[in-house]
Amino acid sequence: MNCEQARPLLAAYVDGELDTVRMLEMEGHLPACPACTRAVRELQQLQQSLRQESLYHPAPAALRRNVLAELSAQARPEPKPAFWSWFRLVPALSGAMVVCLAALLAVTLNRPSGHEQLTAEIVSSHIRSLMANHALDVVSTDQHTVKPWFNGRVDFAPPVKDLAAQGFPLIGGRLDYLHHRTVAALVFQRNKHIINVFLWPGSEKNSAPSLDSVRQGFNLIHWNQGGMTCWAISDLNPTELLEFTRDFAL
Amino acid sequence: MEARERLPAFEQTVLPHLDAAHNLARWLAGNDQDAQDVVQEACLRAFKFFGGFRGDNPRAWLLAIVRNTFYTWLRQNRPAIPTVELDDAALEVADPAAAGEALQTRQADAETVRRAIAALPVEFREIIVLREMEAMSYKDIAILADLPIGTVMSRLARARKLLQKQLAREYQTGGPS
Ligand SMILES: [Zn+2]
Repeated sequence: MNCEQARPLLAAYVDGELDTVRMLEMEGHLPACPACTRAVRELQQLQQSLRQESLYHPAPAALRRNVLAELSAQARPEPKPAFWSWFRLVPALSGAMVVCLAALLAVTLNRPSGHEQLTAEIVSSHIRSLMANHALDVVSTDQHTVKPWFNGRVDFAPPVKDLAAQGFPLIGGRLDYLHHRTVAALVFQRNKHIINVFLWPGSEKNSAPSLDSVRQGFNLIHWNQGGMTCWAISDLNPTELLEFTRDFAL
Repeated sequence: MEARERLPAFEQTVLPHLDAAHNLARWLAGNDQDAQDVVQEACLRAFKFFGGFRGDNPRAWLLAIVRNTFYTWLRQNRPAIPTVELDDAALEVADPAAAGEALQTRQADAETVRRAIAALPVEFREIIVLREMEAMSYKDIAILADLPIGTVMSRLARARKLLQKQLAREYQTGGPS
């Protein structure tokens, strides 16, 4: 291989794209040719410069969580009751039930469209936290360790309480991603049941915890306290979960 | 296959390449928010089409979707920034040995390299990311970007030359020393 033949193949050589025969020919040429050797060195140098770790942009954890949450929401669609199929049921129902049904429908229809999405995301986050060994960023039963952990990680101070005395020990916290923002997640335990509490700043007035919905066997409780939007989710029964949230909201 | 059944397989096969997806989107879009929007949208598309995925290179498959999503996004959101129409045939023949400039022979610092890559036209940038950061083969890049292999090679050569010139210039004009 002479220099004329070697030059157009230098990049392919550096990229490991030459077949064996031509690679051997190239390795025969290089020691005899300072110009090609220099070009190879420069290409390798450039390659090293481009492969510096700090130039690589791995996916942020929040993006990963958000993608998973959306996929989970897609994979487990809540069947939306078709208006007309509900309507056809009406004649078969008693008057009282019709009233209930109408009220339920009104509530469902009046809910902001983001509600469905949000509760689906909460369920997904909860399920992921159960699968991924609780996915705790800070493991501690001490509220004085968990609370400061959020300093500088979120732009608000989530209320952190240990409710061990009430039978709901704190086990840790993590950052999560809900509703297009980073939120604080606190994890509590009741016997074998895991409770996730999600908190982020909101603009609503204080409201008492109430059962918002049941999705995929999980109870979701929603309330507002001290400028925070709060959600608790668990497979724990609604009564005890409400008891927990009332203790938390105190 | 139901979406519910597809998810675990998708998580195992495709999501391990989320870093590569984000890296490509981040270099193409140039900022965090747009990159995340593109990746999010690309993942949803990928999930939708995952049932039809039969290949043995899920990373290239995902990156192809990220790339398509990015260009769709670019047309919809940044119509004022047209992509450069490249006349690949007109590109000079790659001949790095003929470069007369004093090319630097040591590793350039990350910030300088970052600026040099960011200054490349997007069609060159993507080839650099795919080849140098993801170490993809010419063939995989050709399939992914739907280009002939010859075009991949000429764009890569051109992109490298531009980078080398840019870095040499930075280091000569009192850039980082
Ligand atoms: Zn030579």
